[in-house]
Amino acid sequence: MSAAPDQLVAHMFRHEAGRLKAVLTRWLGLGRLEEAEDLVQDTLLEALAAWKLHGIPDNPAAWLYKVAQRKTLDVLRREQRHRRMAGALSQEADEEAQTLQAPSLFLDEEMADSQLRMLFACCHPALPLETQAALCLKTLCGLSIAEIAGAFLTSVDTINKRLYRARERIRDGSIQLEVPTGPQLTARLAGVLRSLYLLFNEGYHSTHPDQLIRRELCEEALRLARLLTESPRTNQPETFALLALLCFQASRFDARTTELGTIVLLEDQDRSRWSQGLIAQALRYLGQAAAGDYASTFHLEAAIALEHCRARSFATTDWPAIARYYSLLLARQPSAMVALNRAVALAYAEGPLTGLQAALAVQGLAQHHLYHAVLGELYRQAGQANKARQHLAQALQLTTSRAEQELLQRKLGSLPD
Amino acid sequence: MDKFMLLFHGNAQAQQDFANQSPEALQAELQKWNNWIGGIAAQGRLVGGEALAPGGKTLTAAGQVHTDGPYTEGKEVVSGYLTLKAVSLDEAVQLAQGCPVFETNGSVEVRPVTNFEQ
Repeated sequence: MSAAPDQLVAHMFRHEAGRLKAVLTRWLGLGRLEEAEDLVQDTLLEALAAWKLHGIPDNPAAWLYKVAQRKTLDVLRREQRHRRMAGALSQEADEEAQTLQAPSLFLDEEMADSQLRMLFACCHPALPLETQAALCLKTLCGLSIAEIAGAFLTSVDTINKRLYRARERIRDGSIQLEVPTGPQLTARLAGVLRSLYLLFNEGYHSTHPDQLIRRELCEEALRLARLLTESPRTNQPETFALLALLCFQASRFDARTTELGTIVLLEDQDRSRWSQGLIAQALRYLGQAAAGDYASTFHLEAAIALEHCRARSFATTDWPAIARYYSLLLARQPSAMVALNRAVALAYAEGPLTGLQAALAVQGLAQHHLYHAVLGELYRQAGQANKARQHLAQALQLTTSRAEQELLQRKLGSLPD
Repeated sequence: MDKFMLLFHGNAQAQQDFANQSPEALQAELQKWNNWIGGIAAQGRLVGGEALAPGGKTLTAAGQVHTDGPYTEGKEVVSGYLTLKAVSLDEAVQLAQGCPVFETNGSVEVRPVTNFEQ
């Protein structure tokens, strides 16, 4: 039975660490993020030890929060005592410490709000948008530097530098992390939406060697995005567009891998396994996203996702429409990844040679496995087996995901000699 | 563009049958609706819509419960609605083509939504 506490603590860590940190930060203040992190670590270590000895409590999450709360109060009381000894405070300090206990840490609303509050705090307007998102992903969502680098199609070095600079500015006081209110929430929404998008993205097709889809990350992104649609400050058309996009993409999860975890490509997926419930939700959100006159990049991506989800089969997918949306998206957001995806859509809309032309024109992805996987597939479709082999082999070298390696091996094996 | 509402009328039996389906059949049914609504959304015309669950009550004057089910005359039941944007009633009628309710002998009522801003 000693294996169970380890697994449970690991599970709790993935699910609860972010929330715990957010709640503790609310108590300690946003300037003490690292301290909050340490307290969370201490709590989890204590859980591991105690649960091995005494068994797993009935409500493990509540146990964690109680202990974390106790540790935080200890820290705060020590500071109060210290200040008192320096001759500052009276009995009021004790009373203040008492009232700190009053707000319950167990209400779901409180926890949810804490996470959103932290997300909004991290999206400080003085930081570049990409740094805002990186800070969110590191601080709240628990992504590793490598995962964040993958999300931004950049190097671990770059991310480290970005985060270091941000932390320095927070440390030296030139940036105060604080929870915005009212119209500030609306102003910071772009950064928060981008962070949720990237969080979902990592879960949707992760760089993790053993897990293609990390559902807990996607569920977290969905949950937080839904909360945003429930507040008048943040329920902009863009928020609904993002949520529609996430629901469409999540609807296909059950069909994207076999029970053994091998990848099932879109053209081979059993579409009866797509969640129609999620698609129905997505359609409703899309309707609400259509309220304004402005189509954000999330609207365009949601429109593409819609085309896939409403197609009865791969063959009847409206590829020309998808290609048009990608062209619009590219004009709005000149990114190599968008250009690459557009090339794929063009291949299916107008033929592999057109797709190849577009793909070969994409700059900057020579070290990315997806670039070579796409080229490999398009060369295969165009009947150029040697070039196909070359690029598929390169993709194989560049990916760390076991499922992707397996798929690429399969593709290589199916090429004519 | 103007707003229109499509009201889906079905018979009570069809609605019962719908509720009693197996999960797989339900999925397939929902897929038909999603595909059809998706087509409207893909044209940028979707505003909103809901499926209505069976049951409920009908009220008349003084809030008295008239019957214990949302039946209108002829055991007809409104099973859902959709709001969309269209340039004209004709276009709204066009968009209503292919609605899955026709497969169970239901009907679609297409109504213009009053625009109080004019």
